[in-house]
Amino acid sequence: MAAARLPSRLRLPDQPMLRHLVLCAGALVLFYVLTVNLSSYHNYQVGLIALFAMVIAGLSVLTGINGQISLGHGAFMAVGAYTFALVQEHVTLPLALELLAAVAASAVLGLVVGIPATRLRGPYLAGMTLILALGLPQLADKYNSVFGGDEGLHPSQLVAPGAVDPNRWFAWITVLVAVIVVALLANLVRSHFGRAMRAVRDNEVAAMLAGIHVGRTKVLAFVVSAGCAGLAGAFLALSGGVVTTGDFPLSLSIYLVAAMVLGGAGSLVGPWWGAIAIVYLPQWSTSISSDFGLGSAVAANLALVIFGLVLIIVMMLAPTGVQGGVRWLARRLLAARFPRPPAAAGVTAVAGFPEPPAPATPDMRTEQERTHP
Amino acid sequence: MSHFVNLSLNGISSGMIYASVALGLVLVWRATRIINFAQGSMAMFSTYMAVTLLDRNLGYWEAFAVALAVGLALGAVVERTLIRPLQGKPELNPVIVTFGLFILLEGVAGAIFGVRSRGVPAAFSQSGLTIGHHRVSFSHFDLFVLGSVLALMVLMLVLFRATDVGLRMRASAFAPEMSRLVGVRVGRVLTLGWALASLAGSLAGLLVAPRSAFSPNYMDLILVYAFTAAVVGGLESPVGALVGGLLTGLVLSFVGGYLGSSLEPLGAAVILILVLSARPEGLFSRPAARQV
Amino acid sequence: MRMRSSRSRRAGAMTAVVSAVAMLGAACGSSSSASTRGVTSSTITIGATVPLTGPAAPGYSEIAPAVNAVFKWVNAHGGVYGRKIHYIYLDDAYNPSTTVTKVRQLVLQDKILAEVGGLGTPPQTAVQGYLNTQKVPQLFVESGCTCWSDAKYPYSFGWQPNYTVEGKILGQYIKQHFAGEKVGYLFQADDFGEGFVKGLDQEIPASQVVSRQSYDAATLAGPLSNQIAALKSAGAQVVAMATIPAATALALLPAASIGYFPQYVVSSVGADPPTVGPLLSSFSKGKAGSVLLNGMISNAYLPPEADTGNPWIQVTQKLLKQYDVGAPLDGNTEFGVALGYTFVQALQTAGKHLTTSSLMDAIEKHGADFITPGLVPLTYSTTDHYGYSGSEVVKTENGATAPVSPVYVTSNTGPITLYTGTPSQPPSNLASTA
Repeated sequence: MAAARLPSRLRLPDQPMLRHLVLCAGALVLFYVLTVNLSSYHNYQVGLIALFAMVIAGLSVLTGINGQISLGHGAFMAVGAYTFALVQEHVTLPLALELLAAVAASAVLGLVVGIPATRLRGPYLAGMTLILALGLPQLADKYNSVFGGDEGLHPSQLVAPGAVDPNRWFAWITVLVAVIVVALLANLVRSHFGRAMRAVRDNEVAAMLAGIHVGRTKVLAFVVSAGCAGLAGAFLALSGGVVTTGDFPLSLSIYLVAAMVLGGAGSLVGPWWGAIAIVYLPQWSTSISSDFGLGSAVAANLALVIFGLVLIIVMMLAPTGVQGGVRWLARRLLAARFPRPPAAAGVTAVAGFPEPPAPATPDMRTEQERTHP
Repeated sequence: MSHFVNLSLNGISSGMIYASVALGLVLVWRATRIINFAQGSMAMFSTYMAVTLLDRNLGYWEAFAVALAVGLALGAVVERTLIRPLQGKPELNPVIVTFGLFILLEGVAGAIFGVRSRGVPAAFSQSGLTIGHHRVSFSHFDLFVLGSVLALMVLMLVLFRATDVGLRMRASAFAPEMSRLVGVRVGRVLTLGWALASLAGSLAGLLVAPRSAFSPNYMDLILVYAFTAAVVGGLESPVGALVGGLLTGLVLSFVGGYLGSSLEPLGAAVILILVLSARPEGLFSRPAARQV
Repeated sequence: MRMRSSRSRRAGAMTAVVSAVAMLGAACGSSSSASTRGVTSSTITIGATVPLTGPAAPGYSEIAPAVNAVFKWVNAHGGVYGRKIHYIYLDDAYNPSTTVTKVRQLVLQDKILAEVGGLGTPPQTAVQGYLNTQKVPQLFVESGCTCWSDAKYPYSFGWQPNYTVEGKILGQYIKQHFAGEKVGYLFQADDFGEGFVKGLDQEIPASQVVSRQSYDAATLAGPLSNQIAALKSAGAQVVAMATIPAATALALLPAASIGYFPQYVVSSVGADPPTVGPLLSSFSKGKAGSVLLNGMISNAYLPPEADTGNPWIQVTQKLLKQYDVGAPLDGNTEFGVALGYTFVQALQTAGKHLTTSSLMDAIEKHGADFITPGLVPLTYSTTDHYGYSGSEVVKTENGATAPVSPVYVTSNTGPITLYTGTPSQPPSNLASTA
């Protein structure tokens, strides 16, 4: 390593594209080291974390950057998963194309939902997406000759080359794709389109005056976000080798939003924290409550209690999510070590992808409220 | 024809239930600009209180009153301890907190009362009324549901229209600082909004319980449909909650009755999209009232 | 009326197994060079995923603790060949993707010998492929899907009668006893309901069926008033139902409310009086309660809980009282105890040198001889992984069921035949020590 030649302060390239590449390479190396040291089961969980990171990252862009809320991303995941399984059932394609088909199908649904969504604000959009998350998977129940009913569809799982543990292989592929997705999103967020999304979030009228096509921007944000969810859905299908309606209960959609806010809305590192929470929090809650020596049935309910408490406590103590907390901590630590004006570079080096400075939350107010405060 | 009548009556009686939960959502929205995901589980919790008392041979109406009181208190406590500290924080945070509360309460109820489902007595007979020579699927209890939800609606409307509580509530929600300047005790008003909302929820919980397999989850789907109802009606308006509730109840009943029950939620989604396409802020949105 | 008391004991293969049971405490775990996953010289680790929270938890969450009660009893008496059974049951909330994760945890982290008593068709089919490729037996799945006996999945075994078999036996009863009457169906729109209807349709002439109503378990939020109204207006005199207990109650309530009292014929899944009865107590201030269940026809493959003279029921009661404290004796806990007992039989038959293949062999080659509370023997063989394949028809009166037919056995498409064997008795050590 050339660490010795680095200046005392870590410095990343200023050019965003290059900086993202460096960070991604770093993340991949980190994940590689992690996966070769973990057991098969933990590798599987790393894969799950990566797939949830994809959908939550898309949600983070939609909500944090563009200010639209969706309580229906489980439905987009379902569309991706079923498309992936159906494509695999009927035609033989390389994995990459099957995944792309899943992305395409959910992106199309994103378009269909995104167009009426342009007129809706906060809770109205939330209501529409929520009922969609409940209703859409039911279609698969209704037409069970196509979608396999209770037993679902059974896409084949990844075949690991040689002696590689299949779960490790799953983790590698999923992490690789997730890192690429996040890198693409990071570039998107820094691009002209990203600025447009933020402008629309902050003030639609001003954005319009600045020549931004508000409707198109919002629809496109929805399409991108839905595509990410579809990809994650395909990986969910791949992870278990099965797709059924029960995989996409309403609670999944709400968990995704909770995980997104928990990680830090608008951030692209935050989704990883959120994904870790989705995968590990129920397990931790269960093992903590089992330690009380109660019966499993009571312990399972106590696990819910702990899960709920953690959500509440994190939201109260770290309003900007875990990533916000991490950044705050990093800033404190760096400030102690390098007492100089708060230059962002050091923070970014620790925290990962650069962030938009504005508070990353959707505006739940109505048009009139915003234009006539 | 009689099938149509039955579907309509069933739609009305479940619609009233959605309306009462939707009313709670509307009250919370008006007070604090939050969607309260815990609305259903708070109602579940107060209903479990009533059921526990009933099991200990307390009279029905005493237990009913206790549940309403528990609901009122629970709403106030939640606002003070969980929602108030998040004022001025990112707007999604309190929503996630209510979601956390929803999981927490269902866990607590499951741990304390068990997850076994059971029946809950109704205030009045659930035998259908006889009209002419036909026994219709509308009972004394359904009449009670209809009456009590309507009474609650009227009470809320009187409170908002005849007193200035409603105005204060909206003022506090939109411009807390300004309201403080003109002497509104913003904190109290917000707490009151939550307490009333939770009271409406408790009533709904008691009305739903006899028509359900009562267990810690029994309000979950009701909440989703009630949310649909509130959005259809326009989140600002108690009357909207009533109309939205009835519309949702009827649509679900007709879709289920004529097209099959698995299409019910999609039917609700279609109605929602149609209504919102025509009026993006619900049927009863009143833009003028919002410019506080 | 009590037909079963007149039957003599099934003596045949019993003696051998009883002596194996007698060895429970005697054998000490010494030499076994256990290299089999989940088996050491002193422990056997098995697991399952079941719904302990969420919408499917009511009722079903009682089963796994009851299964475990049997294992606790066995452990308290020295285990099986000196090995104590460690049963890890995890909550999957009936969500198949959670099942997928938790079963991997059981296999990869906890290294279970087998999954025993995993619950539900969607969750368990989601892990069927995985468990089979990992060569981890998926034993006694708590679901009546026909998919558990499938040559593609040699490591999967069902246990309860499959839904088609239930539908056939009840369909035959309808054909025989309600000939010419108008029949309506009310079924859950999934594998359970459709399998049951498939069985009914094999027996009941299509011309007799006047209405087919279904409901969706995922959106079951209130009374099934619409379906009931449709059945009533179609004039159905007999309503055959494949419903979970909550749905049975939510159908009977609105029916009673409009004064519609057809003859109900309900799958054993949703007909257990101690489970359904309390759900009906809401009818007119709790007075009616289980009265609404009077006259309901159903099928049973385990002895009725209310038959306290039955030695299996006595044993089950004792086991629950001691090892599943506070649990009521109802269809769910009786089911759990019977299933747990079946697995203990399998372990005993597999012998001292317990491996995956000795366990599988024990079930496939000797499963038909296992002594269980079931009214019919288990059908296991190398080609049949179904389990119980028959039942008797029962009628509910005053919250208790009693048989109204002989015991029948059948298969998915074969004829229905009378079962001529005799019910088994609990081994004496179980009866005395439990």
